[in-house]
Amino acid sequence: MSTEVVNTARAKKQAMGPYGTVGKVLGELDDRLGVAKGGRSFLDKIFPDHWSFMLGEIALYSFVVLLATGIFLTLYYIPSQAIVTYHGAYLPLDGQRVTEAFASSVDLSFAVRAGLLMRQMHHWACDIFVGAIVVHMARVFFTGAFRKPRELNWTIGTTLLILAIVNGFLGYSLPDDLVSGTGIRIAYSIILSIPLVGTYLGFLVFGGNFPGTAIIPRFFMLHVLLVPAIIVGLVTFHLILLVRQKHTQFPGEGRTEKNVVGSPMYPVFMAKTTGFLLIVAGVTALLGAFAQINPIWQFGPYDAARISYAVQPDWYMGFLDGALRVFPAWSFHGFGYTIPLEVTIPAVLFPGLVFNLAFAWPALERKFTKDHAMHHLLDRPSNRPKRTAAGVALLANLLMLFIASSTDVIANFFHLSLNSVLWAMRILVVLSPFIAYPITYKIAKEIQLLKGGGKRKTANVVSRTAEGEYVATPSPVYVDDLHHELAATEVPTFIEPSVDVPTDGGVRTVTR
Amino acid sequence: MSEIHEHRTPVSLHGLTENDPHLQPAARNPQLVERVIAVTFLAGIASVAGFGACYWVDAAPWALGATMGLGLSFLGIGLVAWGKYLMPRGPFVEERHVLANTDDDRNAFAAAIVERGGGVIKRRKVLGGLLGSGLGIFGVVAVFPLLRSLGPLPKGTLFHTDWRAGSFAVDITGRRVQVGDLAIGSILTVFPEGTQDTDRGQAVDQTVLIRVSNESFTTKKGRESWAPNGYVAYSKLCTHLGCPVGLYEQQLQLLVCPCHQSSFDVHNGALPNFGPAPRPLPQLPLYIDADGFLRSQSDYHEPVGPGFWERS
Repeated sequence: MSTEVVNTARAKKQAMGPYGTVGKVLGELDDRLGVAKGGRSFLDKIFPDHWSFMLGEIALYSFVVLLATGIFLTLYYIPSQAIVTYHGAYLPLDGQRVTEAFASSVDLSFAVRAGLLMRQMHHWACDIFVGAIVVHMARVFFTGAFRKPRELNWTIGTTLLILAIVNGFLGYSLPDDLVSGTGIRIAYSIILSIPLVGTYLGFLVFGGNFPGTAIIPRFFMLHVLLVPAIIVGLVTFHLILLVRQKHTQFPGEGRTEKNVVGSPMYPVFMAKTTGFLLIVAGVTALLGAFAQINPIWQFGPYDAARISYAVQPDWYMGFLDGALRVFPAWSFHGFGYTIPLEVTIPAVLFPGLVFNLAFAWPALERKFTKDHAMHHLLDRPSNRPKRTAAGVALLANLLMLFIASSTDVIANFFHLSLNSVLWAMRILVVLSPFIAYPITYKIAKEIQLLKGGGKRKTANVVSRTAEGEYVATPSPVYVDDLHHELAATEVPTFIEPSVDVPTDGGVRTVTR
Repeated sequence: MSEIHEHRTPVSLHGLTENDPHLQPAARNPQLVERVIAVTFLAGIASVAGFGACYWVDAAPWALGATMGLGLSFLGIGLVAWGKYLMPRGPFVEERHVLANTDDDRNAFAAAIVERGGGVIKRRKVLGGLLGSGLGIFGVVAVFPLLRSLGPLPKGTLFHTDWRAGSFAVDITGRRVQVGDLAIGSILTVFPEGTQDTDRGQAVDQTVLIRVSNESFTTKKGRESWAPNGYVAYSKLCTHLGCPVGLYEQQLQLLVCPCHQSSFDVHNGALPNFGPAPRPLPQLPLYIDADGFLRSQSDYHEPVGPGFWERS
């Protein structure tokens, strides 16, 4: 009886083919969709290994955390500016007249289990998301990964940065607390400052004069539906292009413009990247647990006639706030009209210029270098001194604007006069790109001259001979510590070629 | 040396036998790594189970976050270590295929668009034009109602506040302000009576009332009668970006905006003397009626708040 059962089971197993249930399911799928060939080559897809390729993953995974925690928050948040008398979980606010948006934000923090954790994780994940995008973009820029054929993906990435900043601001506004309400007021005034159409635009966006009762429901729709939908679509397209065009790689042993060297999708990359998703989520949870962020119950509800002192926006809006602080009071009045240049230039024209420069950069570089070739091998930043210096100059300028968003805090902390801090920041904002460019350029050129620049140093073993003489000999290298020796590919002549770099297509082998 | 080279030479994934060096774990001591990863996973399991327990007993938020964060991090670190040290060390190589097609393929594609489709349209230019203009007109008119429904037109609303001739100045609770209410050097936010608890009253009509002396005070030529008994009233909306000018420097007689630190000279017509604000705060002309209440002579003589195009 029992042997018969065993025999039937064995027979069944044999009938399933050599790969069991997996093979059976895949067979059924392949009958209908023809997935076997494409699926196999997807599992074989090679991902080059370099720590800097992880930065985009941080952005992707913090976005996953944003979606997960955000869905939780929408279950409790009420997007309404209707006034209610607060009788919720946070007793110090009891009896205050607040909007439903504020009341529900406070209550989801205190009355909902894990609510505060989810809110803080959501906020931290947003700060990490925008930060990771910026650092990822810097990596792509300085290594030249945006060059042909990847210009379209650079454009998508820049659009994603803008959308991430916009959605961060929208979400930050939703609790309708005193600090974020002031931020909305400033945004309204920035819209008003646009010549010709500003007032019309402001009234359309806000459904009338500030504050009205439409802005929180509208921001809510934009924050949870429209902008995230566009972000999801663009992220998907970003990844499809990445798979289609394959990843770039740094030059090194066995690496050419015609191949990709690294780990396969399955199982190595899948294990590492899934683990990394868990780490990003875990670190966000730890931040949400131990690092307080945006304690709206301390700020209180928004009231257009009240204001708090020494408050800053989220970090990614810092450069805008700093620009608004340092720009002089140059309003244009004439012909019966006003152009509030003190707002229009720093808050509308300047960010427009920066992002358009980012969009245009690949085309500009193609035009000036006349380089229309395909590039799959990355640059070392020092081999492209002009591009590197230009990028550092822009970042230095943005950093100074970011610091300038804290002029009052700096003045208080260091007991300086606000006037001198402001003037120092004005000078630094203007000068920083002009200081950063030549210094970066010079450093890049010096690195090119270094022998063995960019190669891993091996430790020296110092030993004493019987005669008392000290001798240093390079230590042996363990196979897995062996660095991929960098060998740049052909460097076009329009850019200063680096010194002493073989141009053999990067197939130099390592011999010791 | 040759062994090193062999291990680091990228090979294709296809046709590798099980004991190829590229398929061996990267770790020097796989057994040890395996044990360490197992311990990491166990710690992760304990933490995520702890998260469940914390949630069950409604523990403090930090305990929820700590257990969840540690649990996910431990599991993640273990999985990354598994991938990095115990899975095939590689490196492997994959060929890049040129994405571009041959010129013939490109021409065939372009020909299909230009000759097949384009030819059909070219022969019926009028039809194409009619269809195009129909869709184009719809595209334009569809935007109008969409935009126009979003909000009213600004008209003159940005030029006026709710202060009228004779409006009583009241505080946030609605109490009328009397001439004896403020000591010299005191400040109060006031609204025209009836607007103090409305959005518009708070956002547009908000006014700072400062008592600078006992006698009528002139902040600027032509405003001799505007500040009776030393009561000076300015719009509380910063002329830079509309933040409430909420800080009063009593010693220096300055009103300071906390947003971008514009400061305004209270004695001198609220002229800005620091920061990005381009214009003085508009001053509200006041008078004191027979019963001693503070009232406005009229609305502000210019638009309050930040600049905009139509503002002359």
